[in-house]
Amino acid sequence: MKTKVLIGMSGGVDSSVAAALLVKEGYDVIGLTMKTWTEDCSTTHQEKCCGPKAITDVRSVADQIGIPCYTLSHEEEFGKTVIGYFVEEYKKGRTPNPCVVCNDKLKFGTILSKARELGAEFVATGHYALVDHSREASGGRALLQRGKDKSKDQSYFLFNLKQEQLKATLFPLGNYRKEETRKLAKELNLRTHDKPDSQEICFVPDNRYANYLKDQAGVPAHRGDIVDKDGKKLGEHDGIEFYTVGQRRGLRVAGKSAYYVTGLDPQSNTVTVGSDEDLHCAGLVASRPNWISVENIAGSVPCEVKIRYNAEPVAATVEAMPENRVRVVFAEPQRAVTPGQAVVFYQGESVLGGAWIEEGMQR
Amino acid sequence: MMYFDHNATTPLVPEVLAKMQPYFTEDFGNPSSIHAAGRRSRLAIDRSRESIAALLGADPSEILFTSGATEANNLAIKGMALQKGGGHLITSAVEHPSVLEPLRHLEKLGFALSVICVDKQGSILWEAAESALQADTFLISMQYANNEVGTIQDVEAICRWAKGKGLLVHIDAAQAVGKVPVSLKTLPADFVTFSAHKFYGPKGVGGLFVRRGVRLAGLLEGGSHEKRLRPGTENVAGIVGMAAALEIAVGDMTEESARLEKLRDALASRLSGALEDVELNGDPRPRRRLPNTLNVCFHGVDAQSLLMSLDMEGHCVSTGAACSSGSLEPSPVLIAMKGSKELAKSSIRISLGRSNTQEHIEKLGEALVRHVKRMRSVRPAEVSA
Repeated sequence: MKTKVLIGMSGGVDSSVAAALLVKEGYDVIGLTMKTWTEDCSTTHQEKCCGPKAITDVRSVADQIGIPCYTLSHEEEFGKTVIGYFVEEYKKGRTPNPCVVCNDKLKFGTILSKARELGAEFVATGHYALVDHSREASGGRALLQRGKDKSKDQSYFLFNLKQEQLKATLFPLGNYRKEETRKLAKELNLRTHDKPDSQEICFVPDNRYANYLKDQAGVPAHRGDIVDKDGKKLGEHDGIEFYTVGQRRGLRVAGKSAYYVTGLDPQSNTVTVGSDEDLHCAGLVASRPNWISVENIAGSVPCEVKIRYNAEPVAATVEAMPENRVRVVFAEPQRAVTPGQAVVFYQGESVLGGAWIEEGMQR
Repeated sequence: MMYFDHNATTPLVPEVLAKMQPYFTEDFGNPSSIHAAGRRSRLAIDRSRESIAALLGADPSEILFTSGATEANNLAIKGMALQKGGGHLITSAVEHPSVLEPLRHLEKLGFALSVICVDKQGSILWEAAESALQADTFLISMQYANNEVGTIQDVEAICRWAKGKGLLVHIDAAQAVGKVPVSLKTLPADFVTFSAHKFYGPKGVGGLFVRRGVRLAGLLEGGSHEKRLRPGTENVAGIVGMAAALEIAVGDMTEESARLEKLRDALASRLSGALEDVELNGDPRPRRRLPNTLNVCFHGVDAQSLLMSLDMEGHCVSTGAACSSGSLEPSPVLIAMKGSKELAKSSIRISLGRSNTQEHIEKLGEALVRHVKRMRSVRPAEVSA
């Protein structure tokens, strides 16, 4: 009997090709699309991933490669788990990473449960990352590794997957470069072959998250002060939710040199600004670590870290602290350590683990 | 493929297709045209109307053709509201969206609406209807039989009660016409909706019975078709198909419904014999449920996954109403009946029809038992808090 795989299909080129590759490799493939939009809302975002146009594309691709595909409504769960988290984090003065949460809770949570119910052994997605299953037979851990295409590597967004999830995960595109994926899609004559890459948060139109918070999530404007690091008032803002650490634009503060957001305080509704130099941190404290290649860390462990998706990995050490926290010390100071984002630890190609950034350390 | 979703739609009977065929190509005339080609189409519509009227115990002048049950429901409800201009309407919590949504729309326009509760079997609660009554109540809209659980309402009693109170009554009989005897001679309803594709006729055609003497406003403006209540060139082939299909359905209704009832009950007892925690949804009494419908809850099992598992083995069932997006959501009907989202998420609908045989039922029963047992043995994935 063929091994059953449930693949999450967004209607984009990546998951289309990933599904086709699994079929080619001889798996018994089932396609699944999570509908995260309500009908009224989705009609205004036709082109978004998992939107109505995307669901049409999934159906067409599934028919072409000969797999059954199903659309499941996850508006409510997505709203609560992902969008709810997104809004709450901004209210706390943090910058959320909804893709990590969506991967963890929906793609490799809800869909994994669904896979179990359908008797499927694996869940697959079109992520550019790799899972090394080779040690599992001898009781070892499943390893998460960077995708071959370093410019597309999405292992950062997957740091929070538990062993149970990783052991049941396949990433068919891990050894492909994006151009190769597109080429394959074209060769297979898939209608999704020339769809543009999605780079933004899927539910935020045009990546304008402040507008989303105001218009869709109903976060009201609430005026507060913009101060410098000594507490001197420099101007006013509409609410800390609309700012991110490292942001320069939209501050409406005049000064000799450029000002950047260096801190957000939800209690006093204060935005603190400073110079580019003030933005640099020697290290950071992060919480709720998830370890992947090891069960736990001991002492100060050298590694490379990424403090945001688009950042290059930099040399650092990580060590455990009390209360489920870790301390990271960079070899060189890093700019704009952003609370709420993930810090992901790498050792070579392998993901050591990751955690949620709480605060930057000046020294 | 084995098809067990006849409440969603049915395949066209080949004889019906044969009767429709000439009206696409040879007898294509516009029924409103004066020439011979037009007259042939007009005659076909006249005969179909007479035939449907006779089968339902109505007068031909009381039958209006529409594009289906959704349009017929909208026409009865919104047309009557347009005619009245304001007032109060009553409906039940287990209606089809094509009844509930027009009513909700009217509510936004300033009409008052009461949605009355049902009991656990899906029957309308009389006390609720009584107490919902207001001085300006003008219409009660109720289904004849429920599409999801098959519960048949005591429509005659509802109609008699409503007439006694001076109300107009709309009965959505889309799931009943062609499955159980519906006689408008004995049923004192003012409006009755029916739909061809629920009784092996074509999709895209249905009708509304409008009792003689009832004044209704139309929703579309245009030509004088269908007494100006439904302008637009008639769907001649569809109307011919609907009449032919209804004739067949009514013709062997007694035998066919007895056959389906037997198959259904055999399946139900097999399931409750082989599995723990199986709960029947809908009215268990024979004459109070559609003979082809079995809605059943397998506690602790996700109905979506069960449906998908069955589908991948070639068994077509459903989790409730076939929703336009093809996505799967817990049924509001079951939630209204039993007040449990969990039960709704674990329930599937099996609706039998002409193609189903004893062998089908055995295979479906085997697959259901196997998948329910398997699914109950797996645990959900653990994710971080």
